[in-house]
This record gives sequence, structure tokens and C-alpha cells, in this order.
Amino acid sequence: MDFSVLLTDIPTLAIVIVGVPAVLGAYIVGGEYLVRLLPDGSRPAVRPWIWVGPALIIVGVFLVYPVFGTLWRSFFDSSGNNFVGLDNYANQLSGFPNGNAWIAIRNNVYWLILFTLLVLFFGLLFAVLTDRVPYESPIKSLIFMPMAISFVALSVIWLFMYSYQQPGDPQTGTMNAILQVFHHDPVTWVQDPKIATFALIAAGIWGFVGFAMVILSAALKGIPGDLLEAARVDGAGEITIFRRVIFPLMMPTIVVVGTTLVIFALKAFDIVYVMTGGNYDTDVLANRMYKLAFQSPFENGLSSAVAIILVVAVVPVLVFNLRQFRAVEARR
Amino acid sequence: MSSVTYDHVVKRYTSDLTVVKDFNVEIKDKEFMVLVGPSGCGKSTALRMLAGLESISEGQIRIGDRVVNDVAAKDRDIAMVFQSYALYPHMSVYDNMAFPLQMQHMKKPDIDTRVKNASRILGLDNFLVRKPRALSGGQRQRVALGRAIVRNPKVFLLDEPLSNLDAKLRGQTRIELQKLHRDLETTFIYVTHDQVEAMTMGDRIAIMNAGILQQVGSPGEIYDHPANLFVAGFIGSPTMNFVPATVENGSAKASGFSVKLPKPIAATKGTLGFRPEAVTDRVTDEANSMQMKVDVVERLGSDQFLYGKVGSDAVTARVDPRMKVDPGDTVKLGLDTRTLHFFDAESELALL
Amino acid sequence: MTIASERVAVPAAERRLSPEWLGNIFSKSLLHVVVIGITLMWIVPTLGLLVSSFRSPADIASTGWWTALSPPFKFTLDNYTGVLNTSNLGTSFFNSFMITIPATVIPVTIAAFAAYAFSWMKFWGRDFFFLALVGLLAVPLQATFIPILSLFVKLGLTPDNVGFLGLWLAHTGYGLPFAIYLLANFFRSLPTDLFESAEIDGAGTLTVFFRIVLPLSVPAIASLVIFQFLWIWNDYLVALIYVGGTADYAPLTVTIANLVNSNGQGWELLTAAAFFSMIVPLIVFFSLQRFFVRGILAGSVKG
Repeated sequence: MDFSVLLTDIPTLAIVIVGVPAVLGAYIVGGEYLVRLLPDGSRPAVRPWIWVGPALIIVGVFLVYPVFGTLWRSFFDSSGNNFVGLDNYANQLSGFPNGNAWIAIRNNVYWLILFTLLVLFFGLLFAVLTDRVPYESPIKSLIFMPMAISFVALSVIWLFMYSYQQPGDPQTGTMNAILQVFHHDPVTWVQDPKIATFALIAAGIWGFVGFAMVILSAALKGIPGDLLEAARVDGAGEITIFRRVIFPLMMPTIVVVGTTLVIFALKAFDIVYVMTGGNYDTDVLANRMYKLAFQSPFENGLSSAVAIILVVAVVPVLVFNLRQFRAVEARR
Repeated sequence: MSSVTYDHVVKRYTSDLTVVKDFNVEIKDKEFMVLVGPSGCGKSTALRMLAGLESISEGQIRIGDRVVNDVAAKDRDIAMVFQSYALYPHMSVYDNMAFPLQMQHMKKPDIDTRVKNASRILGLDNFLVRKPRALSGGQRQRVALGRAIVRNPKVFLLDEPLSNLDAKLRGQTRIELQKLHRDLETTFIYVTHDQVEAMTMGDRIAIMNAGILQQVGSPGEIYDHPANLFVAGFIGSPTMNFVPATVENGSAKASGFSVKLPKPIAATKGTLGFRPEAVTDRVTDEANSMQMKVDVVERLGSDQFLYGKVGSDAVTARVDPRMKVDPGDTVKLGLDTRTLHFFDAESELALL
Repeated sequence: MTIASERVAVPAAERRLSPEWLGNIFSKSLLHVVVIGITLMWIVPTLGLLVSSFRSPADIASTGWWTALSPPFKFTLDNYTGVLNTSNLGTSFFNSFMITIPATVIPVTIAAFAAYAFSWMKFWGRDFFFLALVGLLAVPLQATFIPILSLFVKLGLTPDNVGFLGLWLAHTGYGLPFAIYLLANFFRSLPTDLFESAEIDGAGTLTVFFRIVLPLSVPAIASLVIFQFLWIWNDYLVALIYVGGTADYAPLTVTIANLVNSNGQGWELLTAAAFFSMIVPLIVFFSLQRFFVRGILAGSVKG
């Protein structure tokens, strides 16, 4: 093993660990010192900008400016010099139902619906089930654990689950071994265009159920016990209580978790890129955008158009989120 | 000199939301002044303007001879005790009390002396290393006082400091606060909605309602000579009886009785007011007696209150606790005419 | 006494025989079976990878991982030593730290400054800017890559010139909306009285920030730090875009994804590499899970 690189670079790391906070601390202390040099009256007007300034500038440079830059580029050809109007969009959106971007759009819709609904369903189910057992917290940790690892590691884990050997050979992939037990031929999970997308979505669900479960479980515990007792006294059965009391009370949280999942489903990239590279009819918009931009022949205009299509798809969720946010603010 | 003067002070949030209107009070040096009124009456805003936490829309506030309108809160030489105590939860009791002194860049030994001194006065010696979380409500309240004491301020501001304590502790702390005021010989300005606190603690009381100062005076003056209907109804428990009445020939006539007024007044219509203790089972003069149909009897041991109807008016009476009365009985009661009040129908000002 | 005990005794005997009681026991044990069954299902994928990473290449290729759980046990560390020697995993591991630590410290600090202003100062456009930040939470990062890359090239902020600086700044930009949102919500929930009391005590803006706001916000900041740390450590896409081209700067995720995509790599290296990349997040996760969960809750439930 060669760890020499660690030794040579540890000083760099140390400088970074000490230097970065020092620079940031010096900025705010220095800024405040300058504010104090100002006349009394103008301090309250200047001070806030010292505090929010860095954040606004960085967010402006890395989020606001590039979105408009991408929009601009989407109207130009791959050289970036010739204005082509909406041609890039027309190109990507032609060939319905199987050409160009349509496979990716179709798969994003699968992700949007299946991933979101199944994660919510399992998350809610696990939240309710684990709420009733005494060993709740270790169980929840184990189900939640996939949230801590990278989608790259998650993809490796699931590629291994899905791995395929010729029929008749011993199956080393867990999924095909299970099929073997039932005397079923092994399946090429991630290479068969008919099922590959669903296999990827299943891996995504495995990763995210813990997230939904943790949040929904907190909401579940937030429901006052005497409310449930009152319902029981009123003669409601457990299923009725869930349907008529628990579920409606958890609805706001379900909506919040749901929007988070929808945004993730629209932006899904890592799992697809690592597991199939978008082949076998598993492409999604984010992956398509990446391939167009960063693989030969480097179609900047087309990839920008795909990115903008993605932004447009997110806008309804965004508007919904802002509405929710304002409603919450209004109640403050 | 640390008197406090409110000179035509106004607090306006928007053009049609004025929470303090033309407020004029002079609080004398070393006085214990209580600002009292129902919630939302502007008393807290008046205090917060003095503290420097709210700007002053119009008028002047002076501490001693200094106009403090444009002086920063920290430079006004005041200390404030908040209703929630506003203790810094992550600091020990000692650090909580030392914090304001550290802000003044006081030397460590001096800080130590002052904190130790304050903690001795308040009996907090054994709790200095604890966090506020580990203290009882009463102890937290004393830390809040301690944080004010260490600064040795010209004026103490207290914003409902007792309302988070339970009833028994509140009674005890009222007494301790008065003692503290006497020991510190400093001006105290105390805001509360509780008229009992106002009556028991204040050298003088300023009563506010709807942003307007109603009356300033000693507890006795205010109780015996309320300036208007609001003050009369706000101070005293159970509240004063109010019955609509007409005046004829020096007598006030209500629905169920009439009574001779001690002196003539210039009104024909208004509200007759008398406190429950003025209605008793001792009938000294048939002319000032009334028949009450009793609805509720409240026995408190030392007192017995009767709630019922005289004619069509609701009246409360305080009778001898040994008197035997049951709900539904009709009893004959006498009215003590020496403490009658009469309020003008239009202006609601006291005429008597 | 006798009457009372009789009254208790009779229904108890009844209850023991009633079908409802049987149903209760049955559903209780069914519940345990279901919960434990689901949990096992959930850990099988990770367990399979973990077990395989300790098996010899020949075993991995010929038999399922579960056969290794019965004797004879033949576990080996060869895969781990192999993967550390043949690929750049050591460098990548170091790179992951070089990327993650500043890309956590910078946004959390800048977000704390901004959140303080958003929650306790008044300034022109405050509500608009905050709303805009909430909106930016949903922006697909894909829509930002090309303009920023060309900006980096124009300004010379490429890895060869400035190392990880460009990536740190990009991660800061992408992480700030969530960080500000989470911290501002927390700062706003601190009692107003504390700030007024500090004002009367003569504490200035810096004192209030460093001596009152920050110490009181340790739980929220810890949650955010862990959240951001895991996010950056596990990030693949952003690193791929900004430093992915040069192996010298690749973090673990990029190196492992390359292992997946390069032909001829056996499972033995991949399983070990994947597990190697999971060590840090799993340690963080299991030791600081409380904060992580709190961060997730604060971020989603409140909004």
C-alpha cells in the first residue's frame, strides 16, 4: 500500500483546515469593524449586507447566473456561435414516442410516479409498523442506513444483487438465486430494456425508504396520544383510526416528503449513470444532459435544452413549495 | 438624580395604529412605580420605549435631566428584568450575571465582587455554577434580578416578572421585591396586568387603557377615588358594583332601590358605583336598604360574598361569614353611603 | 373484598378464552415477524456486499455470498490490499477529505452569517431574497454546469491552477440555500427576549452572534455539518464535472464509478472499494445519527 501521498499532502490539509475558518472569521470581524467606523445612523442599513453579502454573491454566481446562462446557450448550436432559436428543443422533442429525449422523459415519469409513491408507501408502512415494536430504534437505523452511503456505493451494492450467470450455473446474484429457488430462469435485471428501469427504481427505493420513514415516524409520534385514545373511546377500530385520524394529520408531512422525492426523481442521475450509463432504455433527462454535454461530440446547445426542460419540469414543484412555505410563514 | 419623565410620549406603528397616546408621567427618584392595565393597553410598550427597545414616535423621555430618545439602550444606565427572564441558557448563573459587566469591559476582580455581592443578597450563592435549566422557577427569577442588580443601574425596569411563578411563590416574591427596592434605593418601574401586584407593591400606580393613561396615584387614592369608570372597574376584587341610575332631588334611583347621595351632583343620568364591602347585612338606615334575590353564595371563611339581583341589576355583597344564606333566598342588605361613586353617562368620569 | 375480587376475576378468565385475545396475540407475533422480515430484507444487499468483500475472487465468481456464512469459513483481506495497491484509492480517500472538509466549513459558516441577518436584521428585500433561496432549493444542478465550467476556464479556476478551490466554491453555492434555510429557521426560533436583554447589556452584533446565537445553535449547526459532510462525501456528479477529468483530484466516488465502468474489473475489487468508501459515512452515521436525523427533520418538516 502506498500512502506517501497522504504524508506529503497532510500539511496542505492542515493549512486548509486552519486557513479557511480563519479567512471567514477575519472577514466578519473586519466587516463589523468597518461598519463601526460609519456614522451611527447608517450602520443598521449597511451591516446586514456584510452578513448576507457572501451568501448572496456565491448563490448568485453558482445558481442564478448559470441557469440563465444555460437558457441562453440552449438557443445556440453546438459551437455556441450561431443562434438557432428553438431548434434544440425541437430536435430533442421530436421523434415521439421513442426518439431522442422521449425515452428519458418516459423514464423520468416512471421514476416520478413509481419511486415517489412506493417510497411514501413503504416509508409510511414502516413508520407505522416500527412504532409498535419495542426494538424500534435499531430497526430504524438499519433501514435508514442506505441514506448515509453514496449512490455510487448503492449502485455497486445493487449491481451485485442483480448480477447474472448463465442458466444452469450457480447464481451469485441474490435476486437470481431467489429465482433459482423457485426454478425460474435467471433474469438479466439491468440489461433487459423491458425491466431495467424498474430494477434501477427498486434500488432507488431501497435507498430512500429510510428517509421517508424517519420523517413520517417523527410526524406519527407528534400526534397527541389522547387524540387516539379519544377515537378509541368513540369506538373506532385501529384501521379506522389510521384512515380517519392518523392519515389526515400526517398529510402535511407526507406532502413535504413527497415534494422532496419528486424533485429527486426528476433529477435522478447517479444510479442510472453508474448502473447502466443510460443504456438498455434506462436513460433519464439528467443523464442525457450529461452525455450530450460531456461526451463526444459535445452538443452544448442540445444539452442546455435538455437541462432547461428539466428546470421547467421542476417549476411546478417549486411553485408548490413556495406556496407551502408562504402558508407556513403566514401562520408564524 | 434618577427620576424618569415621560413628556407627551407617543408610540405609533402605522398611521392608524397608535399604541401609546400622549403619555405624561413623572416618576420620582427612588420611587416604586407600577404601570398596570389590561393586556394590549400599551404599558409594556411604554416601558420598552424607556428601555430603548422601541423607538419613540413623538415626545421625550428623560432619565434625570438627560433626554434619552436617541441614546442606545446600553448607554441609558437601566436594567431590565423580562417576563421570560431571558437568561442565557448556555451560561452558568455566574456568567449570566457577569455578562453585562463584561460588556462594559469591567475588570475581572470587580466583576467577581459585584456578582458575589448580588448572589448573596438574592441567596444564590450555592447555585453560581449551575445552568438556568437546573434551577427552579423562583431561582431563575432571582438570577434575572441579579443580572439587573450587578449593573447598579439608575432605573430598574421589570416587565411582568412574576407572571411565570406559581401563586404561592408570587406572594412571597412580592414581599422580597419590596424589600429589595428598599435596600437598593433605586427607582423601580414595574409593569403588570395584575391589580393585586399593583396595589401591594407600588408607591404609586399608573393605570393605562387603550394606550391612554387613566389615572396616577397612590394605591389608596386610586382605590378610594377612581377617576373614571374604567379605573373603578379595574381595581378591586370582586369588582365594584355598577348599576344604571337616575338622579332626582339629591337621590340616585336604580331599578331596585334608591339612595341619598352625600352631596349634590350636576347630572341626571349615569352609573352608580359601590364596592361589595359597602353592601352588608348591617342595615343602619331603612332609606339606604335593598332587597337582594341571591343566586350564588361564595364562602371564603373570612368573608362571605353574595351574588344576586337587586331589581334588575346584578349586585355583589360582602356579608358577615356567619350569616346563614342559601341560593334562592331573598335578603335585606344595607348600603354604606360614605363610599358611593357616581360616573357621568357620557364621559364616564367620576362625579362623586 | 370478596365481591370486588370476584368482579375482577370473572372478566379476566373470560378474556383469556375470548377469540379477540387470541387474535391479539396472533397479530402481535405477526407484527414481529413482519418487522424483522422487512429489516432482514433491507440489510441483505449491504450484507451480501460486505461478506463478498472478504471472499477470494474464485469463491465470489463460483458461489453465492451466503454460502460463506456456513463453515468452512474462508475469509481474506486480499481484496482490500489489492484494491488499495492497484487503483488510486489512497489518493482518492485523501482527496475526499480535501474536498469535503472545506466544502462543509465554508457553506456552513457563510450560511450562519446570512441566516443571522435573515432572522434578526431588517434590510431591503429580505423576504424576497429568502423566498428566492427557498425556490433555489429545487434547481437541478445540471442546469448550472456548462456556464460555470466555462466561467472557471475563463478565470483560470481549473484544478491544475487552483486545486480544489473551484469545487469548494461550487459545493458552497449548491449547499447554501438549504444551509441558510435550516439555520434561519432555527435562529428565528430563539427567544426575542435574549436579544433584547443582550442589547440592554451592551452586547454588539458580533458578541451576540459569537456568544449567544452560535452557542445556542450547536444542535442545529451539528446537524447541518453532518448533513453537508455526508452530502459532499457521497457526491459524485459535482466532483465528476469539476475535477473528474484528472485522476489526481478524483474523490472516492469518482474512482469507484470508474472501476465499475472499466472493463475486466472483477467483483472482488469493486466490493472492497465500495465498502472502503462507506467506512467514513457509516462511522459518522452510526455515531452521530441523532444529529443527522434532526437535520433531516428540521429541513423538511418545518417547511
